[in-house]
Formats: sequence, C-alpha cells, structure tokens
Amino acid sequence: MIHRPVLLGGILLAVLGSLCPFLWFVLTSFKSQIQVEAIPPTWWPDGSLVFYASALFEHRLLHYVRNSVTVAGGTTVIALVVATPAAYALARLRLPGKTWILGGLLCVAMFPPIVIAGPVWQILERLGGLNTHWGLVLPYVSLTLPLAVWILTTFFHELPVELEEAARIDGCTTWQALYKIMLPLAAPGLFTAAILTFIYAWNEFFFALLILTNPERQTLPVGIALFQGEFIMPWGEIAAASVIATLPLIILVLLFQRGIIDGLSSGAVKK
Amino acid sequence: MAFPALTFVAVFSLYPAMDSFLLSLYSDFPGPERSFVGFGHYAELLHDPVAHQAFIVTLGFVLLSTTLELLMGTGIALVVHERFRGRGWVRAAVLIPWAIPTVVASQMWRFLLNDQYGAINAILFGDRVNAYVPWLADPWTAFGAVVLADVWKTSSFTGLLVLAGLQVIPEETYDAARVDGATAWQRFRHVTLPLLKPALLTALLFRTIDAFRVFDLVFVMTQGGPGDATQVIQFYGYKTLFTEGRVGYGTTISVTVFVAMAILSLFYVRTVGSKVLQREPA
Repeated sequence: MIHRPVLLGGILLAVLGSLCPFLWFVLTSFKSQIQVEAIPPTWWPDGSLVFYASALFEHRLLHYVRNSVTVAGGTTVIALVVATPAAYALARLRLPGKTWILGGLLCVAMFPPIVIAGPVWQILERLGGLNTHWGLVLPYVSLTLPLAVWILTTFFHELPVELEEAARIDGCTTWQALYKIMLPLAAPGLFTAAILTFIYAWNEFFFALLILTNPERQTLPVGIALFQGEFIMPWGEIAAASVIATLPLIILVLLFQRGIIDGLSSGAVKK
Repeated sequence: MAFPALTFVAVFSLYPAMDSFLLSLYSDFPGPERSFVGFGHYAELLHDPVAHQAFIVTLGFVLLSTTLELLMGTGIALVVHERFRGRGWVRAAVLIPWAIPTVVASQMWRFLLNDQYGAINAILFGDRVNAYVPWLADPWTAFGAVVLADVWKTSSFTGLLVLAGLQVIPEETYDAARVDGATAWQRFRHVTLPLLKPALLTALLFRTIDAFRVFDLVFVMTQGGPGDATQVIQFYGYKTLFTEGRVGYGTTISVTVFVAMAILSLFYVRTVGSKVLQREPA
C-alpha cells in the first residue's frame, strides 16, 4: 500500500523513536558516577553495575518490587474473579438495562481520579486501609473492572451459545456452564484482561501516592518518583530502578503483543 | 452474577464521586465548625486566578497533546498495518512506551532534558556547553516538555485504536480505487481517511478524556512549575485537597473537572459509543 522506501523510513522512525529515549536510560544505568556527571555526556557506559548495587542495597529496591508484585498480583486476581461472572452475565443472560450497565461502566472508567480520591481516602481511613496493600488493591480493582468486564464481555459474546445449551441440557447450572465450558474456551480473553490489569496496577501512581505514605509499603512508581539522594539527584540509581521496574513489562509486551493490542482495542473499536 | 463487580464500582467509584459533590458544598475543614456553604466554593472558583491558569494550562495541554498524538498515532497505525517481515517485533517495539510506567517515562524525560547531563542538549549543542538550555526551568519549554513526554508515551495507544479502524476497511475498497488509477496519497485521502473517521473520533475522545487527567508527568517532571506554567487542574486539585487539606474547595475543583468530563463522556456515548453498544445483544 505504502511505497517501500517510505514504509522503511516509517518503520525506522517508529522503532527508533519508541526505543531510543529509554535506551539512553538503560545506558545510563550501566555507567559510573563520573560518566553520568560528565558534561557533555558520555554515550557509552563502562558496563558498571554500581548503580544497580546501590539501588538494590542502599535504596532497598527489592522492597518496592515486592510491594508492587503484591499489589499488582492481588489486583489482577481479584479483578478477574469479580469481572468474569459479571462479563458472562452481561454477554449471555437476559438482564434488564444491560446496555446501560456497559455504558455506565465505560463512563466510570473515565472518572478523573481526583474526583474519587478524597472520599476513597476517607473510606480507607475508616476501614484502616491506609498504608496497607489491600487498601490500595480495593480501589485498583474498582478502577480496572470496567476494562476487564468489557474485554471479557466481547470475548464471551463471540463464543458459540450452542456449547452452553448442550451443557444445560446435560444438567449443568449457569455457574457450572461458566466454569466448566466457557472458562477454558475464554482463556485467551482472561489472559489478555489479566495482563492489562496487571500493567495498570504495576504502573499506577496517583492512588499509590495518596494511600501509601509509609516507605515500607510503597510501590515502585512511588519509590521512583520520590527517589532522593543526599546532595544531588541520583540519576544513575533512578535509571537502574527504572530499568528493573520496566523489565517485566517489556517481557510481557514482547511475549503477548498480539493479545494486548486486541484487548486494548476491544473496549473501543470492535472488530 | 454481576453483583460483586457492580458493588465494587458502586463503593469505590460511584459513591465517592457523589460524596465529592456533597463535600464541595461544605466549608473546608472537617470538625464542629464545618458549615454548609452551598455553592460558595464554586463562586470562589470563578474568581480564583490560579484555577483559571490551571484550566487554561490543562486545556492547552489537552488540545496540543491529543492533536499530536492523533497525527503520530495515525502514522504509526499506517506503518504497522502494512504486511512486512518482522511486523510483530515492530508492533512490540512501538508498544513499549505505552507499557513503561508513566513515572519512569517522566524521570526519563526529566533526565534527557537535564540542563547539564541531558542527552537532548548534547545532541543539539554537542561540546558547546554554554549553549545548553535548562528546558524545564522556562515556562514555555517546560510545558513543551510535558507535552513531548505525553506524546511519546501515548501515541502508540492512539495508534492501536486507529489500527483497529484500519483493520475493518475491506481490501477490495483499495483494489477498486487502484483500478481507477488513484495514487497512494489519493487512496489515503479519499478512501482510508473517510472510513477511518469513527476510529479517529474514538481515539480523539479517549485521549482527550485521558489527557484531562494528566498528573504523573507533571508531578515528577515539573511539580507544576516553573511558577504555575505546567500546573494542570488535576495537580492543583491534588495540592488543594491533600497538601493544604482544603476538603471543600479541593472537591469543588475536582467536581468541576468531573462535570467537564461528564459532558465529554456524554458526547462520546452519543456519537461513537452508541455504535459500539448496538453490537451488544439487546
């Protein structure tokens, strides 16, 4: 469709533009302190691991990693467990006001976080959820549910109804039809929803900043945003921490690019 | 079966949004002297120059970043829609900025634009150290920097939405145009673009709504500065609500943002959403 040289230029531009800025951060993370502070900057690093050691041991990065894994993992599991039956019901059962529920979910997904931040903070304060991981997981589940429900609804919708009818004739209840017949078939959709929920929770900053004020509990984005050195900005350590925080996401994208693209567009323009 | 999901959304999204509105009608600090002030805070908002500035900055940011993202996103979509060897890898590469945590992207751009150690200055001015620009210290370039970071981070998401639109255009449409002797540009202008309109509109609205909520970039890159040059409304609301603890006025700001968003969402559901919803079984 596009002329070959133009296409090649476009590919090059898109790939380099997407990767180069972050590559600079990757290079920075392998430099030494002298190299980071060189003016003009040095391009190629010595291959020093000083900043990784410093980020891991002095700034206790693993701590933040552990917190992020707990929060993102917890959010993903709960969001899926809650979203799956909802999506199934919306795709299959005769519910009153179904389109309104789906449309409403879409609207909720668009709430600016600041609008719900104050009252959510108050609810969590009353429940004793401030500075706890479950206190962060609760709003995260609510915020990721709309997308998860949308993805799963479109997925269930595409599966043939005959399968469940056959299951019902064989005496399955609705729940049994869902768990025994539909879930295994919907595995790719569940997987996509899980990845997107995980990435959201792994990256979220605003609520994490509000709810987790205790450094012991903070997640990676909060840790990286509030990274402080004693005298100067510790750019090398920030770069190393950023690479560690981003690595799992890059792996997810490389492995599941297709599913992610399908999932993200299913809420918007349906194929 | 949908009950648990709806409960979650009701408790942690719907109720808080309504509660915010109620809180905005009361005086700032909780306690015995808290009193009902009606729309007093809203009147205050009308005469608050900092809020005006924040609204203008937000609007400028929304308009500029969404326009650029739509352009870049369409470019990206056209490229990754083509068939070529290694397309999967290119798509993955383009997705990486989207996957990177916004906080990481913000720190990254802050460092790239650093006045002494930054790569941008080195690329532009090389050894001429005296010419190095403190990008984040000037109101205009700081604003530009936040826009740049947002465009870098989210153009690929816009690209995905446009790509989904490209994929529903049947191949035969192009064949017909080709038979009629249309050039590549004419095919794009007169076939692709009109058929892409719904996808472009969707992408525009998604991005507009999301750009209204920009917070992470500003928090990390500029803290709203220099002066109030990059203080977007969400950041102003955050400061009022959580740093100053002015519950009444802070929620007033947030509710105002919400109303602006609700109007947009309604517009979204009216124009594009109804088409999507019609595909769901009645």
